[in-house]
Parts: sequence; C-alpha cells; structure tokens
Amino acid sequence: MTDMTSINAPTNAPVMPSEGKAWVFGDNIDTDVIIPARYLMTTDAAELAKHCMEDIDPGFAASVKSGDVMVAGNNFGCGSSREHAPIAIKGAGVSVVIANSFARIFYRNAINIGLPILECAEAVAAVHAGDTLHVDLASGRIEDVTTGQSFQAQSYPESILRIIAAGGLIAATRQKLQAAGRLPA
Amino acid sequence: MTWGRRNAFRRGFNRQPAHMGSTMAEKMLARHAGKSRVEAGEMIDVRVDIVMANDITGPLAIKEFRKIGIDRVFDPKKVIFVSSHFTPAKDIQSAQQATILRKFAREQETVYFEIGRGGIEHVVLPEQGLVVPGQVVVGGDSHTCTYGALGCYATGVGSTDVAAALATGEIWMRVPPTIKFVYHGERPPWVSAKDMILQTIGRIGVEGGRGAVMEFTGEAVGGLSMEGRLTMANMAIEAGADAGLFPVDEKTLAYVQERAKWPYEVVNSDSDAKYMQVYEFDVSTMEPMVACPYDPANIKPVSQVDKDPLDQVFIGSCTNNRIEDLRIVADLLRGRTIHPDIRCIIIPGSVDVERQALREGLLEVFQQAEAVIAPPGCGPCLGGYMGVLGPGERAVSTSNRNFRGRMGHRDAEVYLASPAVAAASALLGRVASPAEIAREGVTA
Ligand code: SF4
Repeated sequence: MTDMTSINAPTNAPVMPSEGKAWVFGDNIDTDVIIPARYLMTTDAAELAKHCMEDIDPGFAASVKSGDVMVAGNNFGCGSSREHAPIAIKGAGVSVVIANSFARIFYRNAINIGLPILECAEAVAAVHAGDTLHVDLASGRIEDVTTGQSFQAQSYPESILRIIAAGGLIAATRQKLQAAGRLPA
Repeated sequence: MTWGRRNAFRRGFNRQPAHMGSTMAEKMLARHAGKSRVEAGEMIDVRVDIVMANDITGPLAIKEFRKIGIDRVFDPKKVIFVSSHFTPAKDIQSAQQATILRKFAREQETVYFEIGRGGIEHVVLPEQGLVVPGQVVVGGDSHTCTYGALGCYATGVGSTDVAAALATGEIWMRVPPTIKFVYHGERPPWVSAKDMILQTIGRIGVEGGRGAVMEFTGEAVGGLSMEGRLTMANMAIEAGADAGLFPVDEKTLAYVQERAKWPYEVVNSDSDAKYMQVYEFDVSTMEPMVACPYDPANIKPVSQVDKDPLDQVFIGSCTNNRIEDLRIVADLLRGRTIHPDIRCIIIPGSVDVERQALREGLLEVFQQAEAVIAPPGCGPCLGGYMGVLGPGERAVSTSNRNFRGRMGHRDAEVYLASPAVAAASALLGRVASPAEIAREGVTA
C-alpha cells in the first residue's frame, strides 16, 4: 500500500493547496472547449494546460494560479471522452472542479486520474467569479472566504471512494491485480 | 413494473428473476458481472468482450497501462486499435502518437487497423463483425455508443479506463437506468435517421440522457436500415447517454450473420422491464432538421435556418459516411456541380465503404460534381486537419458535434444535418432542403 502510493504520488497525490480563486463557467462546458482537438498531439499535462479553456476564455490558461477552483453549472465535461481534458485542467493548477453535475465520462476520467471534483449546486449558485474558496476535499466542505458562506458537497459512493483513496484507477488496479496474485505485492 | 412490486421482491426474493422484467442493458450487464440480475444505480465490475482505442486515446492508455506493471493485455484478440483521427500523420507529433499505438499493437499482437486497411473505428468494427449482439464493449472514444445499434452494450470511456480494462478485462460501472424512445409512423421523404436523432436530442437536450441508456424502439425504428440505426446510436452521447441501444431484430441478424467474428447472443428487453422515462415520437410529421451552432440540441427545421452563404460542406464522420449515406449524396450530386463558393469534402467511413463507392461509380460522381474525396478517417470532424474552418466561416456537416471550436476557429459556425441536406446545401451554397433541388431548377 505505502509502496503503491509512492509509485503514483507524482501524478495522483493531492499536492496542490485547495484554496484559490473561483473561475466561474456556465452549463454544458464540453471537452472540445476544455482542450480543443487541435492540441491533442501530446499527452503532456503542462503542454495541454497552455490551451485549457482558450476558446471560451482566452486569458484563463495564462492567469489561472495553482490552487484555483473551477465552478460550473450542469453537465460539465460533456462531449468527447478525451482524458486530455481533466489532465489539462489539473495541469493548469486547478485544485478542484465544483459543478452542479458532470458528464459521465468526464466524471470517471477525473476520478481515475485524481482530479478532485465535487457536486454542489448550492455553491455553484452562490459563488461569484473571483471569490476566494477554501475546499476541504476530505469532508467535501466548501467555504467562500470572500462572502463567509459555506456549503456541503455530495458524498461519493463507497467504490468510488476506494479509487480515490488508492490514488486513482491505476493504483486501484494494481491493488486488485496484487490481491488476485497477478502482480507481485 | 411499479415501485411497489419491485419493493415486494426486496426481501430475499432476488433469486426469482423470472418475475421481474429487465431492460436489455441490465441483462447484458448482469451477465457480464456474473449476476442473475442488476438494478439501476448498482455499482458492478463488468467483464468486457472488446476494448478499443484510437490514435488519440490509445497512446495515453498505453502510457497508463505501463504504469500498472503488467506485461500483457488481458486478451489480445479482444483488443482493437484503430488509427483514424490524425492519420495519415498530419505532423510530427501526431506521427509519434500513431507510432506508440502501432508499436504497442505489434508488441501485444492485438487487432490493429492501419490506414488503408481500416477507417473510422465506429464504421470499421460493426462492418467487420468485430462487435456483435450481446457483447459488452468499451472504447476510448465517446462515440463507442454507435455499436449499440447492433444490440450490444457499448460505451465510451477515457484512456485510464481503457488501460485498466487492457490489464484486467474488466471495468467498474454504475448500472444506468434506461429511457425508452418509441418512434411511430412512417418517415416522409428526406427524413432520415439523422433527423430522428436530432429531433430527439432537441427534445430532451444535451443533458437529457445523462447517466442513462437510450433504448430506441417502435415501428419507425424497425423500418430503419442498420446504417440508419448506427447513425442514431452514434449520437446518443450527444444527449449525454452512456449507451444507445436498439433491440435485435431480423435486420440486425441478417447484418450480423454475414460478418460476425464472435459468437453472439440476442438480448432484448422484457415487456415488463422498468424504464426511467418513456418518450414517444411521430415520425410522419417530422421534417429534415439542422442543429445550429453551438449545440447539437439547438435544432431547427431546415426551412427555418437562415439562408446566409456557406463556405464548406463536410460529408463524413462516424455518424454519416456509410455506403447508404454516400448513395443518397451521389443521387443528389449526379450530373450537378457544387456551388462555386463551396468547398465540399466527402470522406468515406472505411476502406470497405470507399471500395464499394468506387465500384458503384459514386466517387466519380463526387469528383465530377467538384467535391474533394479524402481518405477514410475522421477528417475535419474534430478540427484537427483536412478542412479546418477559419474565423467566421460557416459549414454544414454530417458529423455529430457543433461545439465552439470543434471544427476549427472558435468563431466558425457548424450546422449539423443529414447527408441529403448537406448535399443540397453544397449545391445551393446555403442551408437547403433536398426537396429544393428540383424546385430551384438546378439541372441535371
Ligand atoms: S468521425 Fe468525428 S466523432 Fe467520429 S470518431 Fe472521428 S472525430 Fe470522433
């Protein structure tokens, strides 16, 4: 277990601070907008991050700071299955995405690669662009430091918590294969 | 099936599945999870029959697969890679990505479709009988839902899911509820499967199927060819659905029998299956539809779309580039010339489709009409190359997405339509109904 965590620490550990500025987006933000296909010739997070959101917010990639929070409406991440989308968001330094709801494939991808995501309609309705948010990922508590309001995000099902606790799907798969004796522990 | 009746079976009666109906999705997932039945919302591990990835999602999946530390994929015969998106290589970086895919396919001895031998995965896999009824298929491409036309449970996933499936032959899933769509009546002339799915998405919205299975039924669906069903299932993801399924009927079996590379099983929904919701449509009142920028649910009847000049018409993509689509386009273009201000790009979906189009003389018709024919693949559908739109350009496309920036510049406009509407628009230089071709006196 310790061993596996260390293997995946560079990509999956929540190393970024979970306090930062809110970037607010609307409903149905699709993965073509998150990272246009014209940049999909690489899988490098830093490279992808340079173009994150550029078709709807050309200034985003240059101004977003490590720890910042994305806030969006319904069906965030709809469209293409490209995992380059959550990778670009994570690479840009975003510590957590809060939305009313996520498109299914994006939801899976974020969990699988260890990009924290939370569903919390109350926070989405109340938070303004530029507010400072403090997010406790372990408890799902979201605090708007600017306005003093706080919100509780929905909790995850047990089996998804297990993937998150393992540090993402690759680590969870290693555990599964080790348990089955198909990988040395 | 009412909730009351379902609750009556809660206390340990779950070994009497005969009394409770299941949808085809639930049945296929239960069989692949080693259970007698599953219910919507349940978290399960599902055995997969096919794992697919392309030249964009594959390299990332391979990178993640290597991290798992296992040497071999779970079963190389069940792993399919297709070079389709940025091939023939559009630049050095995409050449490198395609090489990662190609080398891994050779090393692991998986199924692999190189350019000149394949095309777009969602055209190739059904056509080659590599996906068949009753299977569970996962693919690193959101339009993997296309295969649901054959009555298999097919769903798009990301690259890390593909990596885990390559290693274990399994995937975690939350059993989705099913929404039933019933289509009644007879289609008027020029109303195609594309128009039916655009109407459906327009009605339920891009989030209307989120986290659910769309099951397409009714006599109007029975009347569709397999090509038409593939078109409809393809766009289930545009309503946010996990899968788009068609019941298996005689047409499915006729299509599958002559090409199946795997044993198959007919799995249809029980008459008392439980649906989250049921929508009914009367196709006899439908018109050809166009989805306007920047949302596939932003639909209008073709007659109500503005008549501003277009710059490009793209006839292709995994939605509409099968032989039936190309025949319709050829019928409209035969002996006519594309509008002088239009660049018309036609891309057959696979090498087999291209070969058939060649045999039937369709490619010659396209060329004489002054369309350009590009090699089988995704082409400009995702704005990578082969017809990228510039600032402010307007295009009609037979593909499935018109999001901002999807086919090029953020200010370019994409109008999604059927092959017939696209061909008519190419001739008239504006969004046009195929019915106008004769009326406008565009002479043969
Ligand atoms: S044709 Fe378009 S939608 Fe289909 S697989 Fe290729 S890029 Fe995706």
